[in-house]
Amino acid sequence: MSTAATPPARGAAFLARRRRNYFLFIAPALVVVGAVIIFPWLYTIWMSAFDWTIGSTAHYVGLGNYEKIFTSRRFGEAVLHTFYFTALAVIAPLVIGTWAAMVFHREFPFRGVLRGVFIMPMMATPVAVALVWTMMFHPQQGVLNYLLSLVGLPPSLWVYSPTLVIPSLVLVEVWHWTPLVMLIVLGGLAALPTEPYESARLDGATEWQLFRYITLPLVAPFILVAAVIRTIDALKAFDTIYVITGGGPGTASETINLFLYLQAFSFYNIGTASAVVVVFFVIVLAMALLLLYVREKTKWT
Amino acid sequence: MSAVLRRLLRKAGFWLSVAIIVSPAILVFLWMLSLSLKNEIDNLAYPPVLIPNPPTFVNFVQVFEQNSIGRYLWNSIVVSGGATMLALLIGVPAGFGIARLGARRLVILILIARMTPALSFLIPLFAVFQFLRLNNTLTALVITHLVITVPIIVYFMAGYFETLPRELEEAALIDGASVWKTFLYVALPLARPGIVVGTILAFIFSWNNFVFGAVLAGRETRTLPVAVYNVLTFEQLAWGPLAAAAIIVTLPVLLLTIVIQKEIVVGLTHGGVKGG
Repeated sequence: MSTAATPPARGAAFLARRRRNYFLFIAPALVVVGAVIIFPWLYTIWMSAFDWTIGSTAHYVGLGNYEKIFTSRRFGEAVLHTFYFTALAVIAPLVIGTWAAMVFHREFPFRGVLRGVFIMPMMATPVAVALVWTMMFHPQQGVLNYLLSLVGLPPSLWVYSPTLVIPSLVLVEVWHWTPLVMLIVLGGLAALPTEPYESARLDGATEWQLFRYITLPLVAPFILVAAVIRTIDALKAFDTIYVITGGGPGTASETINLFLYLQAFSFYNIGTASAVVVVFFVIVLAMALLLLYVREKTKWT
Repeated sequence: MSAVLRRLLRKAGFWLSVAIIVSPAILVFLWMLSLSLKNEIDNLAYPPVLIPNPPTFVNFVQVFEQNSIGRYLWNSIVVSGGATMLALLIGVPAGFGIARLGARRLVILILIARMTPALSFLIPLFAVFQFLRLNNTLTALVITHLVITVPIIVYFMAGYFETLPRELEEAALIDGASVWKTFLYVALPLARPGIVVGTILAFIFSWNNFVFGAVLAGRETRTLPVAVYNVLTFEQLAWGPLAAAAIIVTLPVLLLTIVIQKEIVVGLTHGGVKGG
């Protein structure tokens, strides 16, 4: 912790008293964070060592729950579904979001209004949006198949097909969260220096070259921040998947989060579910650290 | 001549990009509106009827008449309003303290909380509420929603207080005012715009939350998103009322978004804020 800047004439006792006073401001929040955030973490780790179904007594099983999920075929598939979903739901918004940021970085009429419209999906209630997408995905009456027919493409089964269900769900995720990527990259673009562009233009560089060799490297750190946030959010995606498919058809779109929900609140296997949470959190943390590590590395080259 | 043509083509290309980027958002919201304003025959017609002719409000009437939407709306207001107020009460002073102590490390705790899946908070809280016989109560929901609102307010306010000039506070302290009085009469009034935006953001993300209510709420204590999912999808499969209900849930949020559009662009640019 860095010391608050104070005129040097003050005594050490005065400083200490002030620091204590400021700490009092934080104390209530620390109590609440402890109760609703830290306590649940510790409790989850503790519960993951017990075989406990709500309504019965808990037995200590050590690492038994972990053994159970790691040998569970269904959990393994859930992990694969999660990674497939995450890969698509990170890459697509990054590409489209960066493109959108380049567009909104320029001055044009109605920019403010259009940017407002563009970020609306991000703030819309996920359940409400998911219900509308469910209707849009409908193979017979859905508007998406109608749009496909307009451009001469055959109808699709969308979320009713085991192979297409994850890409279709990613479509909703992309629609929902690309604006967040756009905002982060836009923040990066706003901080760019203008000199490199002027000299490159004088040397006759094309727009694409300007983007590829100047803009992209300069905003790369921001794109990476967006990648980290997107990865965390995509791993955690729940509302839209739960509402649109509930993990189906069959278990074709059952991600770790859906698996976890079923274990905890359909089967009430609190012990198993807690072990899933711990594994899940390790995965989220590992992915985030990996991306931050990549970021540190790219800084040096 | 060809230079003029090239400029025109480039301009057309640029506006085409704008159209491609903005149209998915516009189309989905318009389609939502269209579904909610059509009767059931038009909603199930193929090819789809795009423009309601004539528009009908029968779906909205049906949603309000056949369901206790008023109650669920009130539940949502109590839960999100309560959780936001409590978060302001403890989060604004905390943001101030963190900013003045330069204790950014505490913010990391909040970022880790953001990385944790919401369900992981739910299992222990569910067990504790079961023990305290608080399941199915609005109190339990308000407490759980603090998981969303407190980190947003603390994170946002810590950042905001850091941007405020400190000379006035220093002057008040030198004149003998206590740290508490300095906060109350100097820092707090200056922070009002930040508090407004933080409040709206916390409220929106609490309002949008589905999973906490889905697990902890009883029949009578459902929040609006949970009610729309449970009541409407299982008890009536009609598209019109479903779309109307979706609009009722999300319209307040979209209106608030328009109010603070500029601040969202600045505030969310750093990406740390977002519940769930």
